[in-house]
Amino acid sequence: MEQGTSTVKQGLAQMLKGGVIMDVTTPEQAVIAQEAGAVAVMALERVPADIRKEGGVARMADPGIVQAIVDAVTIPVMAKARIGHFVEAEILQSLGVDYIDESEVLTPADEQHHINKKAFKVPFVCGARDLGEALRRIAEGASMIRTKGEAGTGNVVEAVRHMRAIMGEIRRLKNMPEDELVAFAKSIGAPLELVMETQNLGRLPVVNFAAGGIATPADAALMMRLGADGVFVGSGIFKSQDPAVRARAIVEATTYQADAAVLARISRNLGEAMKGLDVASMPQSELLAVRGW
Amino acid sequence: MVDSTSPPITVGVLALQGDVVEHVRSIVASGATAVEVRTRSDLEGVSGLVIPGGESTTVGKLLERFNLLEPLQQRIAGGMPVYGTCTGMILLAKSVEDGLDGQPILGSLDVVVARNGYGRQLESFEATVDLSLPAQEPGSFHGVFIRAPRVRSVGPGVGVLARMGHEIVAVCQGNLLATSFHPELTSDARVHAYFVGMCRAFAAISNPGPDSADVTVPAESEPAP
Repeated sequence: MEQGTSTVKQGLAQMLKGGVIMDVTTPEQAVIAQEAGAVAVMALERVPADIRKEGGVARMADPGIVQAIVDAVTIPVMAKARIGHFVEAEILQSLGVDYIDESEVLTPADEQHHINKKAFKVPFVCGARDLGEALRRIAEGASMIRTKGEAGTGNVVEAVRHMRAIMGEIRRLKNMPEDELVAFAKSIGAPLELVMETQNLGRLPVVNFAAGGIATPADAALMMRLGADGVFVGSGIFKSQDPAVRARAIVEATTYQADAAVLARISRNLGEAMKGLDVASMPQSELLAVRGW
Repeated sequence: MVDSTSPPITVGVLALQGDVVEHVRSIVASGATAVEVRTRSDLEGVSGLVIPGGESTTVGKLLERFNLLEPLQQRIAGGMPVYGTCTGMILLAKSVEDGLDGQPILGSLDVVVARNGYGRQLESFEATVDLSLPAQEPGSFHGVFIRAPRVRSVGPGVGVLARMGHEIVAVCQGNLLATSFHPELTSDARVHAYFVGMCRAFAAISNPGPDSADVTVPAESEPAP
């Protein structure tokens, strides 16, 4: 019997496909997410919108809160560690979380090195803005990828940009002759073996979710239609007027992404969405997606 | 088992949430046409249904909210074969330990399962299981168990198709098949091929065509109660 293999690490992400993973900061929110039909919850100290507003250093959540969330629900629990902070990751693993998000939403602990995720039994998900970044994270052992988007803005534009970049580069790669692969791998800064594997599969070697700025059922459906395997919703649920109702509608929209009549029905009377920010007018120093490489 | 003379057959994969494309691939590898099932009319057009791996509380809630629970129970009662992996086993089971209060299930298969009965993700594992499909030589199968359900007990009408040591990890009852592991995460399509055979037999009974006399019906073709 073998545990912590790449098959079981990547396999859990495969089981989460077509589902919604919701950011929660308390056990009560975790229960609301589970009732709404979330496939997993993400435990963190503050949702991205509050991290933006309050500033300061954002770290791994208090282990007591993570433990309380693990105890409150029966669905998988993920938790965020800072980029490069392998000790936070070891602490989260010891708490028995099901996935760790090495996340740019928290303040990076290392500007050069991401966590060596292969050294862990618990699987990791990492953010990416393009194919090269996704494959670098997979090379370090990430078992799941998500777009970075621009977390805490309620604005889906960056998630769309990142998903289109990844899917577009894969489409280009699919038709690329073998003698151009080495130069392509060099240009995107990714290992050749993973570039070749992506070409063979015609998709990323691991599951790829959308994240960052998803605030409505239509946003979730849009990301699915652009090729996402599922969605993460951060501030979009618990910064809206009626989290339980909105969470449920986003779950349904992720499944019935291609049925506009169903989407019209479930998008009604959800109360106000989170207010949102215009990413184009934000100073570079406030952008989270540029953290990590 | 499948050759060019086998009549075309359509097997559905419940596509509310979970590892749908992996099952589609295994069904196609077993010689059938696979379609994704999200609505009542999708359900009416298939000769069998796979309930994939996923999050059982999510899939159960979506079955209920989109009014698919009863139509699916009716098709099961009408003899349509259903194969559940992991989450699918939980949804088919008559009784679920450690489920969510009021978690919607189909309740058709006479087994008691414990949800996440082998533990959380850190305890997920790969192991060899002893597989013994009807009318086939017993052999080993590579089992991938992810936050898997654990079979606590089985009713008298339930056949055991695979064990891992003393643990029951695959069962069959009439038109229902369930595994707590994920054959769709491997390239070994034996379990799916067996299920497609059940679907062929069902299609031959429900739509007898001119060649139906040539179709061999497996011994267990009684619908589950």
